[in-house]
Amino acid sequence: MPDADRLTLSDLPRLDDVDFWSLRFVEEHCETFAVRKNVAMPFVACTDRGAMATVYVDGGYGYAATGDVSTAGLREALERAAQWASSTAKLALFDSRTLPRPAPCGEYVSPSVADRIPSRREWYELLAEESAQAGCDPRIVDWEAAVDVVTATHRLVTSTGGDVVQRYRFLLPGMAVTAHAEGVTQVRTLNGYRGPCQQGGPEVLARFAFVGGGRRIAQEALELLSAPNCPSGKMDVLLAPDQMILQIHESIGHPLELDRILGDERNFAGTSFVTPDMFGSYRYGSELLNVTFDPTRPEELASYAYDDDGTRAERVHLIRAGILVRPLGGAISQARAGLAGVANSRAASWNRPPIDRMANLNLEPGDATLEEMIAGIERGVLMETNSSWSIDDSRNKFQFGCERGQVIENGKVGAVVKNPNYRGISANFWRSLKRVGNTETLQVLGTPHCGKGEPSQAIRVGHATPACVFGNVDVFGGES
Amino acid sequence: MEGYFLALANAIDGSLQAGERYTASFEAEQTDFVRMNRGKVRQSGTVAQRYIAVQLIRGQRHAKHVISLTGDAEPDCDAIRAVVAGLRGTLPELADDPLLLLPADVKSTRAVRGGPLPPSEQIIGDVLAAAHGTDLVGIYAGGPIWRGFANSEGQRNWHETTTFNLDWSLYYRADKAVKSGCAGFAWDGAALERKMSDARERLALISRPAKSLAPGKYRAYLAPSAVEEIARLLCWGGFSGRALATQQSSLARMQSGEALDARVTLSEDTASGVAPAFQAEGFARPAGVDLVHRGALVGSLVSPRTASEFGLPENGANGDEVPESLSMAGGTLAEKDALAALGTGLHIGNLHYLNYSDRPACRITGMTRFATFWVDEGRIVAPIDVLRFDDSVYRLLGSNLEALTTETELLLDSETYQSRKLTSVTLPGALVREMSFTL
Repeated sequence: MPDADRLTLSDLPRLDDVDFWSLRFVEEHCETFAVRKNVAMPFVACTDRGAMATVYVDGGYGYAATGDVSTAGLREALERAAQWASSTAKLALFDSRTLPRPAPCGEYVSPSVADRIPSRREWYELLAEESAQAGCDPRIVDWEAAVDVVTATHRLVTSTGGDVVQRYRFLLPGMAVTAHAEGVTQVRTLNGYRGPCQQGGPEVLARFAFVGGGRRIAQEALELLSAPNCPSGKMDVLLAPDQMILQIHESIGHPLELDRILGDERNFAGTSFVTPDMFGSYRYGSELLNVTFDPTRPEELASYAYDDDGTRAERVHLIRAGILVRPLGGAISQARAGLAGVANSRAASWNRPPIDRMANLNLEPGDATLEEMIAGIERGVLMETNSSWSIDDSRNKFQFGCERGQVIENGKVGAVVKNPNYRGISANFWRSLKRVGNTETLQVLGTPHCGKGEPSQAIRVGHATPACVFGNVDVFGGES
Repeated sequence: MEGYFLALANAIDGSLQAGERYTASFEAEQTDFVRMNRGKVRQSGTVAQRYIAVQLIRGQRHAKHVISLTGDAEPDCDAIRAVVAGLRGTLPELADDPLLLLPADVKSTRAVRGGPLPPSEQIIGDVLAAAHGTDLVGIYAGGPIWRGFANSEGQRNWHETTTFNLDWSLYYRADKAVKSGCAGFAWDGAALERKMSDARERLALISRPAKSLAPGKYRAYLAPSAVEEIARLLCWGGFSGRALATQQSSLARMQSGEALDARVTLSEDTASGVAPAFQAEGFARPAGVDLVHRGALVGSLVSPRTASEFGLPENGANGDEVPESLSMAGGTLAEKDALAALGTGLHIGNLHYLNYSDRPACRITGMTRFATFWVDEGRIVAPIDVLRFDDSVYRLLGSNLEALTTETELLLDSETYQSRKLTSVTLPGALVREMSFTL
């Protein structure tokens, strides 16, 4: 059986008497390396291959996914998809005859995809060294260093002559330690669970100082054991990029998803406080807030040339100078809503249909240095690395927690504090954005597990953001 | 499908060389998914997927490769033989694993349940007809699910079940809605009619003017579907033997004297759930594992690897040590008396997006969602605007627990990340004298 990107168009089955069809092939190979408490964890590889057929017939929309990418298997999938489209046409939420029928042609390749990556033995040696460094104290009760290496080929072929091949390599490092003493437990990670995830090769590790990270986060976890609880009250917060990504993700990304705004997600992931009439006029944040959908930053986790419906991906402002200008909606949602959107119709794999997702959602850097931001805070807390996230189904009332805090008083960073939490309301919070860090404070992070959809899908998204200061935030610590 | 799986296992048997052993875990499903919004079909489709995880073992070295399959035995057997050869080449690159534990006994099992279901197109027609005139949103997922296990010692396990899960809401406007669902092994049109009729009645209550409550402490009755959200958060490492041993469990303090109310008894009740009686490494899962008895932590879920690491007896837990059939014993409050017992306070139908605000203290936060009402002197007065709570489980199911309902409800997991789930919870409703709301 040929790989998807070596299939020739003449090998593919044809489907007559339909308005449009597409075949989307996905092949992914993942290898997971981990060393926990100085013991190599079981080696696991995963090879996943399949295809999704999508068909428009008589105004209906149907899909069928199969792991059988033989000609017969693909034909069967196309026919089942056509059957669904036909049988549900009269019940359909929208008329598929009004949808665009793209004919995309092009390709995409991750940066340094051809460069050598460490051998399995080398990966284990690297991770064993970090594990040894992390387990440096009897109070460190659990610790792990890991990396997932994923290579993927996605191909989209359409009945209109479209043919897009996109090749990726993702590197997803992770490191975590747990310290415990006298009834107190504290966890520290390297920029969150798989937070330092990017496209590329071993250069990703260097960007996050992975080597040496084990010792560093172990010492920080130990320091947190004896730290006081975060203070409570209204004050400024300076959020590091590894907390900013969560703030952006939950209270800008999800509420701007057009399928949420159109109601598709109301039974599961939720709705949105954003309504279609807000685009073009609604003040989402202070004038310092500029947010882009940017699939063009090469190393960012969700960069690509075309989305899974075949729309060409481009960098677009969603919020400019604090004003909401555009939703996160792919071609189908755009047609339904009558709004311009972005190329973000994406599927988690071959076995799930594309829906509106975030991809790369970035907060554009400002001009403040870290020192300037700290110097401008009379009373506040610097918070690093998300540890807890919760937000209502309209994406408004949120409460987030971080692994590590540092008190800031009169423009100077002071004591480390544990269990820093803050809560707020999205619609107000972004208007309290006081300072935006410059490019020196920016990090390109992400998550491999953004969840939504019915059926459910966990997908890779990227976030690039500087550190930022917010004023008059409701801050509090852990249980006394 | 069972014959196909056995053919795959035979192919692995035939690929082994002297001194090699294997385990193979099989997961497959053929699922119709129909997504609905505004009483119409948003997306409909079928997913046929089959995966096998082959673990090759030589001495204390082992490696695993998970591959997707086509469903055609001949090319799939060839692919599996290639996987075994690849793993054989990988083993020399790996170190011995001191924590490897394999089943000592051969325990073959076979279970087949449910099905067939009517055509999904017919079911969706029934659903949309029953919901006519309403803003229904949700998903139907139905079809067969297969799980299998095989190893070189000749153990063969097979679990086949045909289920459906119709998970839906009726919306009034904005975030005001009632949540409902039907799930099981056989389609029951009359049950759907009853559920829809009940949802329409509650929708009338939801359409009353909403009440905005200030943050504070309120009496509350949590319906089983709200208790479910708390239980599922506790399942995230709370009962894990590894997390308890390393002090990462949210219930770790129960190892040193912290307790829940004496009316709280929890177990992993495999016998009453829908999960297979075997786990992915071939260990048998006992009918029940006691976790919390009369408020005290009495057990945990111990995977084979944790058993090796900490010298604990394994008890058939999966690798993540997450319950698959968590069950909480009922109490003495009749469900029909819940509103009267509540008196004045909140009737919480659902909670949303829970997380820990202080994990070691088992303090959790989350939102109210869907049908949550203000109740005055035992009568529902008005829906409320969503509220955030932030409170400790040691209070909610401990010092502030007033009663549990006699009746318990079996709730099948409707999530479908990567695949449909065979997990469930069985829970009562809970009356708490005080719940802390913060936003």
